[in-house]
Amino acid sequence: MKFAVDLKSWNTRGLIFVAVVMLALLFAGPQVFDLFVLLKVILFISTAMLALSMGFIWGFGGILCFGQSAFFGIGGYAYAIAVINMGESTVPILLSVFVPAAFAMLLGYFMFYGRLSDIYLAVVTLAVTLIFYAFIRSTSGEEYHIGSARLMGFNGISSIPVFNWPGFPNSPLWPDDIFYVAMVLLILVYFGLRLLLRSHFGRVVVAIRENETRAEYLGYDVRFYKMIAFSIGAGIAGLAGCLFVSFNNFINPDVFALGLAAQIIMWVLIGGVGTLVGPMLGSLALQMLYNWLGTQTFASFLNTYLVFGAIILIFVLAVPQGLQPTARLLALRFLPIARPPEERAKEAGDD
Amino acid sequence: MDTVALLIIEVLNGISSLALTCAGLAIIFGMMRVINFAHGEFMMLGGYTTVVATNAGVNIWISMLILSPLVVGIIGILSERLLIRFFYGRLVDTLIATWGLSLLLIGIVTAIFGNYITGVSAPMGNFAVGQYQLSIYRLVLIGITVLLFVGIYLVFTRTRLGLIARGTMQNPDQAAVLGISPPRVYMITFGIGAALTGLAGGLLAPISQIIPTVGFTYVAQAFITVITGGTGAITGTIVASGIFGTVRQLVTYETTPIIGGVVLLIVAVVLLRLLPQGITGKIFRRSL
Repeated sequence: MKFAVDLKSWNTRGLIFVAVVMLALLFAGPQVFDLFVLLKVILFISTAMLALSMGFIWGFGGILCFGQSAFFGIGGYAYAIAVINMGESTVPILLSVFVPAAFAMLLGYFMFYGRLSDIYLAVVTLAVTLIFYAFIRSTSGEEYHIGSARLMGFNGISSIPVFNWPGFPNSPLWPDDIFYVAMVLLILVYFGLRLLLRSHFGRVVVAIRENETRAEYLGYDVRFYKMIAFSIGAGIAGLAGCLFVSFNNFINPDVFALGLAAQIIMWVLIGGVGTLVGPMLGSLALQMLYNWLGTQTFASFLNTYLVFGAIILIFVLAVPQGLQPTARLLALRFLPIARPPEERAKEAGDD
Repeated sequence: MDTVALLIIEVLNGISSLALTCAGLAIIFGMMRVINFAHGEFMMLGGYTTVVATNAGVNIWISMLILSPLVVGIIGILSERLLIRFFYGRLVDTLIATWGLSLLLIGIVTAIFGNYITGVSAPMGNFAVGQYQLSIYRLVLIGITVLLFVGIYLVFTRTRLGLIARGTMQNPDQAAVLGISPPRVYMITFGIGAALTGLAGGLLAPISQIIPTVGFTYVAQAFITVITGGTGAITGTIVASGIFGTVRQLVTYETTPIIGGVVLLIVAVVLLRLLPQGITGKIFRRSL
């Protein structure tokens, strides 16, 4: 692998810009935000990570998974159950990544080795999510427990311990520390994905998205690459679920409900399919819109379904590329200064 | 003996309600290859039409058999004209657009009727099988399903409209050369599919609870059944409904409806691994 760092390249400049913004947020966060805002920001970080996972498998892997929230939920439940049983959070955090990744591998084996096409994949992943929803909701009885953790059905599991310092079960992290951990994880995941996309594996995955048949003729086992990419996406979604649960101290089956599954697709659609920053900003924008709508009295007839449905329709009809690529195109047209020296801006998605 | 009779009726019921759920989708998705993720919401609208009309004093049979298909057929044609036709041939975009439509329809219905469970009671009372009481309506439903599928089959194989529709799906350009307008055929076929979906929603309304989000319970099963059915949409849907309906009902009888749903999904995923082209991709190849 060769990483030629060309400071004049627009892609490198974009990456540096993202890095500066993220690092600034990391160091300034607890100083700038009060506790209330900080807690909200931690929530946004976990959803941004979920958006990243979807942005990766859909935008770069070409896998339209309608059930990314299932992996988020599995990760969350895995952390909750494990941490209640173990009383220490290090292993549960790892489990929250590996359990969904393993499940995605199994599901991916059947879907990709069965060569299901886009539509079937969407339907199967959605069905799996809804089945999880129905199943976990029905587990309120005493008999449904894993170790000492009861699943509690639709009431959800509450008083889940937060992260503790590795090896010290009695010293939990304070919100400031959780913010640092979450932000560092987000930065690692973002640049990890960027690195992955520059690697041989990442290039093959993108090649498969571009032309599956050609990639196959070149000798790559398309099924295997897709399964692994899917599994990586699931692991990231699981980690996001773990952050979400640990910070909320609470999880219920609503993580498997259609609402979240719909939102994830919208984040990526709004931010721009084929970008990584776009989905994160999309999740932020939509969550803020959602919170704002909740506080408006004039909007009482607007329910979430109505708003989300309308947003999806507007975007798919009017801004099908999403905001980030559209903003980029507009900037290129109207701001000459934004044009990269080497006119490589057409590679949308390589920001 | 009574238990066996009861079980047979239950299984037939499971098959017929699954087949009803899929009838419209078999045409819209199976034949036209248009992914309509708002399928469940079309059923939900059919259900609401029946409930609202019946509660307003309309005869329940008229609301189920005439009003529901009419209302949903019109909504289907409107959606096709205003939204879906822009996405023909772009599968993933259709998927997302119709999903947006599905959420929008749920939102509109929730805004009008509120997020409450409604329903109508089944007509025609009960009959006894030994010590068990069964609703006559469920038996009638099995008969209606059989008639419906025979009707669909005859329309698509024996009438000029069916021939034109099948020919246009197969080769739109050739159909256009022969003086047929493919956009009109697509619109009408989509309308018929939507009307059938509305009919199914109306017919199932008396034996289910209607809430704005009820469509979700139908859409996944319906797609899985039609997909497993494969290229011969009508035959495939009947066969797949037969398999899945039996499996789900037997497992449900032994355990709970949720486990029944889980087993249905597992059977479907394994079947698709074995027969990626669907049932009619391997068997009954020349069927419709």
